This record gives sequence, structure tokens and C-alpha cells, in this order.
Amino acid sequence: MTVESVVFYLFATLTLVGAIGVITMRNAVQAVLCLVLTFFSAAVLWMLLEAEFLAVTLVLVYVGAVMVLFLFVVMMLDVDYASLKAGYTKYLPLGIITALALFGGIYWVIRSEVFGVEQMPEPAKHGADYSNVTELGRLLYTDYFFAFEVAGVILLVAIVAAISLTFRGRRDRRGQSVPMQHQASKEERLRVVSMESGPRQDGQEKTEKKKRIRRKKGGGS
Amino acid sequence: MLDMIIDFFVIGAKIGLILLPLILAVAYTTYAERKIIGYMQMRLGPNRVGPKGWLQPIADVIKLLMKEVVVPSGSNKALFLLAPILFIAPSFAAWAVIPFDVELALANSDVGLLYILAMTSIAVYGVIIAGWASNSKYALLGSLRSASQIISYEIAMGFALVGVLMASGSMNLGEIVKAQDGGLLHWFWIPLLPLLVIYWVSGVAETNRAPFDLPEGESEIVAGFHVEYAGISFALFFLAEYANMILISVLTTLFFFGGWLNPFQGIPFVEEVTGWIPGIAWLLLKAGFFLFLMIWLRATFPRYRYDQIMRLGWKVFIPVTVVWLMILTFMIKAGVGPWFTGRGVL
Repeated sequence: MTVESVVFYLFATLTLVGAIGVITMRNAVQAVLCLVLTFFSAAVLWMLLEAEFLAVTLVLVYVGAVMVLFLFVVMMLDVDYASLKAGYTKYLPLGIITALALFGGIYWVIRSEVFGVEQMPEPAKHGADYSNVTELGRLLYTDYFFAFEVAGVILLVAIVAAISLTFRGRRDRRGQSVPMQHQASKEERLRVVSMESGPRQDGQEKTEKKKRIRRKKGGGS
Repeated sequence: MLDMIIDFFVIGAKIGLILLPLILAVAYTTYAERKIIGYMQMRLGPNRVGPKGWLQPIADVIKLLMKEVVVPSGSNKALFLLAPILFIAPSFAAWAVIPFDVELALANSDVGLLYILAMTSIAVYGVIIAGWASNSKYALLGSLRSASQIISYEIAMGFALVGVLMASGSMNLGEIVKAQDGGLLHWFWIPLLPLLVIYWVSGVAETNRAPFDLPEGESEIVAGFHVEYAGISFALFFLAEYANMILISVLTTLFFFGGWLNPFQGIPFVEEVTGWIPGIAWLLLKAGFFLFLMIWLRATFPRYRYDQIMRLGWKVFIPVTVVWLMILTFMIKAGVGPWFTGRGVL
């Protein structure tokens, strides 16, 4: 038992526990948190394979950004769990078929004849001066440059499409325009009214009375 | 088997050597903050517990430890108690890759910078879960504000760090500092000045500090996401916030102000005189300045309005970083000295 194997078994267990938690948790928020745990432990396993860059990127992108949005959506949803369970028996056969098909497909790809211990060579250990980041960067920007650029363009198109699909904000909304707020001047907001000062000559008694009444009511001067 | 146990103990001891001073620093940062803000507002600040109030943070810690942890009714108990731990763990874990001097780091990782970004982005879970599990309106509103603020400013922060990456040509924090070798004018604060400002302001916003402390805007939502927390669970949130402040200060120093490097490097006489000062002292001194700046900001500025925060992040910071990255590309390709000499192709 080396330190590495202890870390491997610990985080492999956590990955499985998290994955089982995702599908068994009754509360959707807890299920999302289990998925976060799964991603995080998977990242640690990648780290053991000396794929530091991918591992940290997995945490940064999936745990740090994608799952936060997931959590947001799930938290904001007002889910009625009883109504979710309503069609359980009706959809059960379809669910079983889907699950079997998915399981079969995955099994066919990673079955032991293809991905078994005998078929896959042990990953080569590299020295301390080996940098996974440098190697990845060199591959991406030389051999796979075209594919890399195409992937970038596709992502850009996806961003533009997603924004144009979801943005249908009202054009007449009353949002605050900061430049207009900055340009606001004293002249348009403030009106200085000049009042004549000093006691009034006519009807002095009357104003005195008014003042007294105001004082009784507890209003200012 | 024995080797493994020794390994674990050695790593544990190293972690302790980083975390214990950090926790002590956090305690005395709270004291410094109360004292500095006190003097700025013409008050004395804490001065009763111990000589000149030096024992105030210790008294605060003991008080918080003795208090009862109240779990509100209708809350999700497990998640409620998990949230402070999720908040504090990444802010401690990020210290693993910080180099304190030449070859003095717990992990000398080639993805150090990305790791820091990843760790700071995980901290948001603590905030979201704290707000949700509390089963309280104010807490939920505060956590929503905090989460959207952290996510927004993380983008600007990440882009600012892309500039650091381009300038230094490495994601290893030690290499980034070594790339700034050669004295005050060789540090990256000059070619990356706009990115420095953006990184610093985003850092203040990420740590939910004033003037960006809307998540705990006490005039609107009491105390934001940690309104339901008491005792030690509240102390953990507090601890994490201050640990993050120190982290951001140290990172700014590493990325833009030459980390452990002597600022008088290259000046004939002064360099020899100050040569005996260890690198870690310079690092802490520079970081201390930024920590002071954060406290100064809090004493000076009123709180931002929420839509202004979002506008600043998305409409000002992100475009500026993108433009500056382009300018930086030309600077590097033209080999502008003294930072990029030898890397030019024009």
C-alpha cells in the first residue's frame, strides 16, 4: 500500500458513493451535491493519472461553474415530489428498457476485451520535470490545431445561439441607465424656492396659532 | 507501510506549519481591522482586553466557541452544518500551492494558477448551501446575491490571470515570480497595470468585502447568507472570509509585485544592505500592504448598488481585460523590455 493507492481507493469509493447518491437522494438539491462530489473525486483520480491540467479544469469548469448553475436551477424549482412519483408504474417499462439499452451500450464499449487490464498498458510514469500542461498545449496547438479551432468556433456559435434563443427581454423595461444617472445635474432634480423671511405683518396672530398647533402634533419647528 | 505513515505525518506537519500561522493571522487581521477603522473614524478601537487590546481576538474566539450552535427549525440539518465546512475548506486548500520563498511551497505544481482559480470557485457552494439550508428568506436572498457576484467576478479575475500567464509563460506560481526577477521595474505591475486593478477589485468583490458586501448588506437583508448561524459555525464563515482576504493579498503580490523578490534589486548600494532580509519577509510585507488597502477601502467607501456591481463586472471589467490581452500580445511579440526582452519576434 503506497500513499497513491490509499488515495485512489478513498476517492474511487467516494466517486461511487456520490454516483449512487445522485440517483437515490430524495431531495434534488442533495442529488446535485452528490454529483458535485462525484466530479470532484473523479478529478482526484485523474490527478493520480498525472493529468493535472484536465483534473483541475474538471473542477474549475464542472464543479465551479456548471454545477453551480445546476444548483441554482434546482434550488429555485418548486418541485412537488408527490406528482413526480405519479406516473411511476406507467413509465417503468420504458425506463427499464432505456436503462438496459444505455447499460448495454456502455458495456459494449468498455467491456473487458476492449478496456481490460490485459489490453491496456500501464500508464507510463513520468519524472518530476514532465509537465502535462506543456505537452497538452504542444499537442493542441500543433497536431490538433485545426480540430481545436473548429471546436472553438462551434462553442462560439453555441453561445451566440443560446443567448439569442433565451434573450427575449422586453425592450420597454424600466431598467436604470447608469450613464443617464451620471449625467443628471442639480438643475433638473432640484428646485430652489426662495421664501421671504421674517415675521409676516398681517395676520401675525393667526400664524402663531398655527405654529402652536403644529407643535402640539409633534411636527418639527 | 511505515514509509507511508511517515509521509502522512510529514505532509500533515507541513500543512500545520501553513495553517496555524494563517489562523493566527486571521485572528489578528480582525484586530487590525477594528483598530485601523477605529483610528480612521477617530475612535480608539478595542483597547480593554490585555495590553492595548492585544488579547481581544482571543477573547472573541473563546466567546464564539462557547456559544450554542442553533439549528433553525425547518432547516436541512446536515447541509446546514456542512455549509461552513464547504466554505472554509477551499480557502485553506488554496494555500497548498503558494510559494513563500524560492522552493518554499507545499506543492510546487505546474497548474498552480488554475488550482487557485478552481479552489476559489468551489467556495461558492458553502454560500449557496448555507443560504438554502437555513430555510430563511434573508439567507436565501443573500446567498443568491453572493453566488451571482462571485460567478460574475470570477470571469474578470480569470481573464486578468490569463494576462499573467501570457506575461510569465507559466502556470507555476514559483515560475511566475521568477519571471519578474530584476527589481521594482521588472515586476508585472507596469505592463499589466489595468489587469492588476481589475484583479484587485475583483478580488475584493470575490471575498464579499466592502464596498461589495451586498451578500451581507445589513441594511437590507440583515446579515445575508449567514444570518441563521451562531457560535462556531458563524466563526467558520468569518475565518474563511478573512483567510480569503489574506489569500487575495498574497496572490496579488505574487502575480504583480514580484512575490518574495527584493524591491531594491539592481540598485547598487541598497541591494547589498537589504540582502540579508529573507524573501518571505518581503512577501508578507507586500501582502500586508494589500491587506491594509482592503481595510482602508472598507472604511472609505459606501456600499455599491446591486445593479452597479453587475454592470461593473460584466460591462467594464471583462471588455477591458479582453482589450488589454490583445495589447499585451503585441507587447510580448514586440519584445518590449525589460519584461519581454528576448521573446519578441518582430
